[in-house]
Amino acid sequence: MKTDVLVIGAGAAGMAAALSAAKNGARVILTDRDERAGGILNQCIHNGFGLHYFKEELTGPEYAERFSTLLENYQITLLTDCHVHNVKPDRKAVLVSPKGVFEVETKSIVYTAGARERPFGTLMIPGDRPSGIFTAGVAQKYMNIENRIIGKRALILGSGDIGMIMARRLTLEGVEVVAVIERLPYSGGLLRNVIQCLEDYNIPLYLSSTVVEVRGKERLEEVVVAQVDNNYRPIPGTERIFKVDTLVLSVGLIPQVELLWGLVQLDPISKGVSCSNIGQSSSEWIFSAGNCTVVYDLVDYVTMEGEKAGKYAAHYAKGERFETGVPIEIGENVGVIFPRRYVSGEDLVLYIRSKKPIEGATLVVGNFERRFEDVMPSEMIRIKIPSQKIMGFERIVVSLKEE
Amino acid sequence: MKVIVVGAGVVGSLAARELSKYDLDITIIEKNLDIGWGVTKANSAILHAGYDDPVDSNRAKFCAKGNAMYTQLSQELDFEIRRTGSYVVAFSDQEVKTIEELYEQGRINGVPGLEIHDRNTLLEKEPNLNKDVKCGLWAPTAGITEPWMVAIAAVENAVANGVKLVLNEKVVGFEKKGDQIKKVITDKNSYETDLVVNAAGLYADQVALLAGAEYVPLHPRRGEYILLDKKMGSIIKSVIFPTPTKTSKGILVLPTIDGGLLLGPTAVDLQDDMKDHLETTAQGLEQIRNFTRTLVPSLDFSQTVKTFCGLRPESPQKDFFVQASKVVKNFVNLMAMRSPGLTAAPAIAEYVTQEVIQQAMGFKLSKRKDFNPIRRGIKKIVELPLQEWQELVKGDPKAGRLICYCNEVTEAEIVEAIKRGARTLDGVKFRTRAMFGRCQGGFCSIKIMKILERELGKDMSEIVLKSPQSWIVDGKVRE
Ligand SMILES: Cc1cc2nc3c(=O)[nH]c(=O)nc-3n(C[C@H](O)[C@H](O)[C@H](O)COP(=O)(O)OP(=O)(O)OC[C@H]3O[C@@H](n4cnc5c(N)ncnc54)[C@H](O)[C@@H]3O)c2cc1C
Ligand SMILES: Cc1cc2nc3c(=O)[nH]c(=O)nc-3n(C[C@H](O)[C@H](O)[C@H](O)COP(=O)(O)OP(=O)(O)OC[C@H]3O[C@@H](n4cnc5c(N)ncnc54)[C@H](O)[C@@H]3O)c2cc1C
Repeated sequence: MKTDVLVIGAGAAGMAAALSAAKNGARVILTDRDERAGGILNQCIHNGFGLHYFKEELTGPEYAERFSTLLENYQITLLTDCHVHNVKPDRKAVLVSPKGVFEVETKSIVYTAGARERPFGTLMIPGDRPSGIFTAGVAQKYMNIENRIIGKRALILGSGDIGMIMARRLTLEGVEVVAVIERLPYSGGLLRNVIQCLEDYNIPLYLSSTVVEVRGKERLEEVVVAQVDNNYRPIPGTERIFKVDTLVLSVGLIPQVELLWGLVQLDPISKGVSCSNIGQSSSEWIFSAGNCTVVYDLVDYVTMEGEKAGKYAAHYAKGERFETGVPIEIGENVGVIFPRRYVSGEDLVLYIRSKKPIEGATLVVGNFERRFEDVMPSEMIRIKIPSQKIMGFERIVVSLKEE
Repeated sequence: MKVIVVGAGVVGSLAARELSKYDLDITIIEKNLDIGWGVTKANSAILHAGYDDPVDSNRAKFCAKGNAMYTQLSQELDFEIRRTGSYVVAFSDQEVKTIEELYEQGRINGVPGLEIHDRNTLLEKEPNLNKDVKCGLWAPTAGITEPWMVAIAAVENAVANGVKLVLNEKVVGFEKKGDQIKKVITDKNSYETDLVVNAAGLYADQVALLAGAEYVPLHPRRGEYILLDKKMGSIIKSVIFPTPTKTSKGILVLPTIDGGLLLGPTAVDLQDDMKDHLETTAQGLEQIRNFTRTLVPSLDFSQTVKTFCGLRPESPQKDFFVQASKVVKNFVNLMAMRSPGLTAAPAIAEYVTQEVIQQAMGFKLSKRKDFNPIRRGIKKIVELPLQEWQELVKGDPKAGRLICYCNEVTEAEIVEAIKRGARTLDGVKFRTRAMFGRCQGGFCSIKIMKILERELGKDMSEIVLKSPQSWIVDGKVRE
């Protein structure tokens, strides 16, 4: 098979990329290893998607559905149940599906494979290895897609958005959620979720605390929680035992990049595919967007970045070439940024997470400055920097200056 | 003649397979839900060369021999081994001396190919080792395998040759007549028998006690591990031992068969009533991190996939207890199988069949003419050439549906694992490596639950992780 643009992963980013590549005249193959398009959206049955893009509050599946319908109007071959097994430097990829194993020759790729959840094992929490420990996404899939209750009494580790959303969801379905445990001195998710998912349901949030041991020979029986010091080390003597049969982890997402190992440069901080502001990776024919580049809070941002990557991938397939751009570097108080290179022309849309909560911070990017009342690591900043403010710089440093 | 083997660890499994070469009616009784889930499930997985075992010990007698037998065994039974070779590395003059002693001991034990490599040779082969290293003992025959696969493969082959496997039944007593066992009593059934082989791992002392036979007291010696991702897998190529002390081989760094990196084990003696204490500890994991960094400074613990723990069946004699009982005339002990029990197991299986059961105990066994030594493993579809994969998918679309993305395992392999006896999530995991990769089942565990549901005709709430009470989901959210 031959195509102009191969889009790998049909989540929010991939669907947007496919659509915009097709609108820009490219023949597109959009592939996903899941049974249907939508990615993580399919399991998020809560409202809160699409405010920016569709100007409506939709559930995840509704948002995915809207987008799928748009795809039908264009020259897009959607292959589901179809896993991309490898991508080779000669611009060929091997796709595997129950319908067959075949090679696709493409002019460019948009890589939109999303993120995976950090699993329990990586946390090196001592204790037994019983059943009843779920990542939030798995818990969410069991509840929302498989229609299954995962336990009777649950503790949640990590106050990321998914963890808080699951705390509410479990409570609504009659599972007793005894607490949410967070290692940081502040919540790891959006403030609105702290209020709407925890406070409204009287679920306590224990900050500066962590799980130090899990117990249970077969099913989980007890979780030991302790307070941590400034270096996140458990403070002896502060242990508390929670008798629960379920532990739900919301301890972060990791961009999925393994398929592109050796082909593209990765961002050492976000661990995602390092891109320029047109979504181009260090391999000129590979573009990328969404959670495999940096983990986003909002699907709308993912969609916008997907569209951009799709558009430029289509232009690339037609023969257009782009400059590498100047590096964008991390300065003071900045945790992660996207993109990592700036190609002059368009204004620069920058995504920033601060390293820590700051009251009163000034964002400085080249000649651009903007003051923020409050910045939180859990709330990604999206900001458009006018091109004339960053013109002529050999490197663009992004910093958040404290007052 | 009826034979009962108690325990489907690597020792019992290989013994049963060896006995299945003879005209016998054999039953393996295992208390767990699957094969190889005792000591065999959590250890270093090394085929030791054999220099480490005291001259004249049973360990020395069986280790190098068992090691050599693995080549043919792995071909017959189609499980993976890799002869990575091993190094014992020395950082001080004292340790250099110990290495020279080990070399000598290995020579006497008949270990082939031992060499002492100087610093340059060593660092050329293993450039990521701590540069302070002085020299190393190179043992080319050392290797690695997947211990539970050895047991699974042996049992599958034994079953193909007529052996019966009984899972989820615990031996709780024996019915005797004089100095002979007549029946083996389990928590669910009883089985007539003419001969009992006790390969009950950590619990072999208790089983012997139930039979009124000799035993050595076993206590668990805990060994914790940290497993790192494949990204770290190529940081070293062979098994790296520190210089051993009197009590332990020390904490090692070694590659795993599927490309990861294993660090451990610790060595902490536990009370003899702590045989189910498979928990990891903060101290243990800390010790592994600190120590292995002195061997390989560039280890990156952010690449941790999981941690786990194994328990060695340790005896005061620190040696295998492999002999026929003198008081119970039809009872054989394969006990105290601490390290290198995995390596020694094939040699012990042969020894117990020929020299113990036939010669010492005087049972007359006749070889079967129709014994088939060959077992084929579950085909790893992702490793096939594209053309073959294409052909396969035409006949079986499931061979084209990826279930585990991290280790690229297809639905066809998972269905095959269930056909071969996997009944639990861990059963599928240990047979196929699905859920074994970096996402630890985040993407595929639900899909596998659904395949188990479908293939076994069960409801999801009846499917467990590894043991009867390790349920995963409860009722439905909505009816
Ligand atoms: C639980 C949760 C709740 C959220 N809630 C909100 C909210 O309320 N409002 C909001 O705006 N945003 C929310 N978000 C954020 C937003 O929805 C996500 O960031 C966004 O959907 C991610 O899209 P993506 O396309 O980057 O990744 P994904 O949706 O993960 O899509 C990646 C796709 O790639 C496929 N894939 C990967 N590798 C391969 C391969 N080798 N071959 C074939 N296919 C492959 C995968 O199957 C998957 O379908 C939430 C996110 C999560 C996780
Ligand atoms: C930390 C550690 C590291 C090691 N490293 C190595 C190494 O690198 N190389 C090496 O060669 N060796 C190593 N060993 C040793 C090796 O793992 C063991 O020698 C070997 O696995 C023992 O196998 P087994 O069959 O005797 O025991 P097990 O695997 O425990 O099998 C015994 C079986 O009997 C069953 N059972 C027990 N009681 C009953 C009952 N009453 N009724 C029915 N069934 C029962 C159990 O459930 C179990 O499945 C290591 C061991 C440990 C713990």
